[in-house]
Amino acid sequence: MSELRYREALNAALREELHRDERVVLLGEDIGVFGGAFKVTEGLLEEFGERRIRDTPISENTIVGMGVGAAMTGLRPVIELMTINFSLLAFDQIVNSAAHIRYMFGGQVSVPLVIRMPQGAGHQLGPTHSHCLEAMFLHIPGLLVAVPSTPADAKGLLKTAIRDENPVIFIEHESLYGVRADVPEGEDITVDFGRARIAREGSDVTIVGVSRMVLTAEKAAATLASEHGVQATVIDPRTLRPLDLDAILASVRATNRCVVVEEGWPHGGVAANLAALIAEHAFDDLDAPVARVSGADVPMPYSKPLEDIAYPHESQIVQAALATVGLAGDLQPAGDAQDSRR
Amino acid sequence: MPDLPEPELPEPDLAREWLATMTLIRRFEERAGEMYARAKIGGFLHLSIGEEATIVGSARALRIEDYLISTYRSHGNAIARGTPPERVMAELFGRVDGCCAGHGGSMHMFDLQRRFMGGYGIVGGNLPIGAGIGLSSDYLGHDEVTLCSFGDGACNQGTFGETLNLAALWRLPVLFMVVNNQFGMGTSLGRHSAVTDLRRKGESLGVPGMRCDGMDVLDTYTVVSEALARVREDRRPLLIEAVTYRFRGHSMADPEEYRTREEVAQWRERDPIPRFGDLLEREGVIDAAARELIEREAAERVERAVQFAEDSPFPPPESLYEDVYVIDEQVRGRYHA
Repeated sequence: MSELRYREALNAALREELHRDERVVLLGEDIGVFGGAFKVTEGLLEEFGERRIRDTPISENTIVGMGVGAAMTGLRPVIELMTINFSLLAFDQIVNSAAHIRYMFGGQVSVPLVIRMPQGAGHQLGPTHSHCLEAMFLHIPGLLVAVPSTPADAKGLLKTAIRDENPVIFIEHESLYGVRADVPEGEDITVDFGRARIAREGSDVTIVGVSRMVLTAEKAAATLASEHGVQATVIDPRTLRPLDLDAILASVRATNRCVVVEEGWPHGGVAANLAALIAEHAFDDLDAPVARVSGADVPMPYSKPLEDIAYPHESQIVQAALATVGLAGDLQPAGDAQDSRR
Repeated sequence: MPDLPEPELPEPDLAREWLATMTLIRRFEERAGEMYARAKIGGFLHLSIGEEATIVGSARALRIEDYLISTYRSHGNAIARGTPPERVMAELFGRVDGCCAGHGGSMHMFDLQRRFMGGYGIVGGNLPIGAGIGLSSDYLGHDEVTLCSFGDGACNQGTFGETLNLAALWRLPVLFMVVNNQFGMGTSLGRHSAVTDLRRKGESLGVPGMRCDGMDVLDTYTVVSEALARVREDRRPLLIEAVTYRFRGHSMADPEEYRTREEVAQWRERDPIPRFGDLLEREGVIDAAARELIEREAAERVERAVQFAEDSPFPPPESLYEDVYVIDEQVRGRYHA
C-alpha cells in the first residue's frame, strides 16, 4: 500500500501501462509540456518522450477520431479531454465512430480506446466547465463508462480500461484529484469492470452514489448513523456500463429502501435509470419509492451561493434517506426547484 | 509542386483489369439501383456512377498494404479493393453474408482483410479516423500510406481543417483525396465553398494540393501514384482534388432539381468507361470483342452477386446483440439494460 492522491494514482496507472505495453500512446491538449490541465500526466513526457505523449492542438473531435483510427489499427490510445463539457465537441466521433464501429462493421474490428475526462461542479467555472454528463455516455450502447471515486479505483479501473478491447469513457472528478487514500501497489493489480464496491454496510437503507457523490453519500451515512440511528449501506457502482446491478439489488432486497445520488441532472439521469431498473427487478422488495438526489435542473451557475445549491450535499442525502425510512416527511423530488412552472 | 510525369498506359493486363473493374462497378451500381427500386435494398443508396475512374485509378495506385478509407458512397471502393461484389450486394440486401453481416448497409461497407477501412455515414467523419490510421503506421514504423477519400461537401466540415492541420503537424503518411463531384448533396460547389479551387484548401493548413482528372482513370492513377510516392517518402500529407461528376442523384431519393439535364449530358460525354475503352482500343490493347467480353463478364458477375444476396438469409434475431461489445469470459455486470 502507498498513500496517493487520486491524480497520482491515475498518473501511476498511465505510467505502468505505458511501460507494460508499447502500443499505449497518450493524446490530449496540454498533456505533455504543460503536464495536463489537472497535472494527471505530469512527468510522462519526460519519461516516455514525444512519440508516446502527444500534445495536440485544440481539436477535440479530431483527436478522438484519430484515437479511433489508431485503435482500429493496432494502438491503444488514451485520450485526455480537458473537461467533460469539451467532449461534446467530440460527440460525433465518440458516438458515430468509437461506439458504433465494431457493430456496424460486423465485428471485424474493435476500438480499444480510452477517453479520460474530468467532470463536476464546485470551482465556480459556470455553465461550460462544470457539468456531470455520465448519463449521456451511459445512454450509448458500445461504450463502457467508468466513474472512479477513490484513488485505488482510479488506478485499478484505468488499468483495466486501457487493457479492455472496448472504447471506455473514463470519467474523473475535478474535486477528487487532490483526495489521498491508500492504493495497493503492484503492476497487475487492477479493478474489474462491472463489480460494485460496498463502501459501507448498514441494514436500513441502501445509498448508491456516483462519482464524487460516493464521498458525499459516505458522509451522509455517518451522519445518519450518529444522529438518527439509521444504518446505511453505501454502494459505489464504479462502472455504469457494465453495471453491477446484482450487487445493488442484493442490497435493496436486504434494506428494502434505496436512495440514488448523482451530481448530474435529474431528467434522464443515472439515478432515473437506476430507479427504473430497481423498480423493474425489486419492486416487491421496496418499502418506499426509490429516492433520487440529483443536481438542480439548471445550467451550472457561476455565483458561489447559487453553485452551492445546484449540486447535492450531505444534508439532502440525509433527508432523502430519512424519508425512505419514514423518519422525515420533507423529501423533495429530485431536481426540485422553487419554480411553479415546472 | 514539381511537374507531374506524363501518363503512360500500364501493361495490357493491368489496363484490361482497370476497364473491367470500372465496368463491374458501373453494372453493380446500376443493378443496385434496380434492386432498390424493387425494395430489395432499404435506407439510402448512394451510387458512384460516373466516378469509376476516380475510384479505380486511385485504388490501383495503392499498394496491397496501404489503407483506404472512404465515405457513405463506397460500394465501388470496396469492390475496387477486392471485396467480392457478392458480399457487397448481400450487405445492401441486409443479409447475413454481407461484408458487415447486415449491420452496416450501403453507407457502412468495410473489409479489414483488404484494408478497406470503411464507409462512414457522417460527412467528414472519416478524416480524423484516416489520420489515426496514419498515426498507427507512423508509430509502428510501417511503410504503408492511408488514402482518405471524401467529397467536396466534406471540405466545409471542421474535421477537414482540424485533420489536415494535425496530419501536417505530425507528418502523418496520409493522402487526402477530395472527390469533387461538384455537389454537396444538392448544393453546387460554388454555392457551398467560397474557394472552389479545392486543391488549394489545404494550403493554409500545411498540406499542398494536386489535381487529377477524375474522369480519366489513367490520369487519376498517374497523379495519385505520384502523390502516394511523395507521401511515402517525405512522410507528409498531401491533398488531391479529383474532379469528377456523379451521373445519378445524390441518393436514390433525389429528384435532381438543382442541375440541368444539359449539364449532366455534357459530363456524360466524358464518361470514363467508354473513354478508357476507346483509348485502349485505339492503342491496340484490346479489340471490340474483348470489350464485349468485359461487359458480359461484368453483367454475369453482378447477376451472381444478386443471386448470392437473394440466397443469403437475413441475420437471425439472436444476432441483434452481437458485436456491440468485445466481451471476454470474465464479464461481470450488465452491458445492456
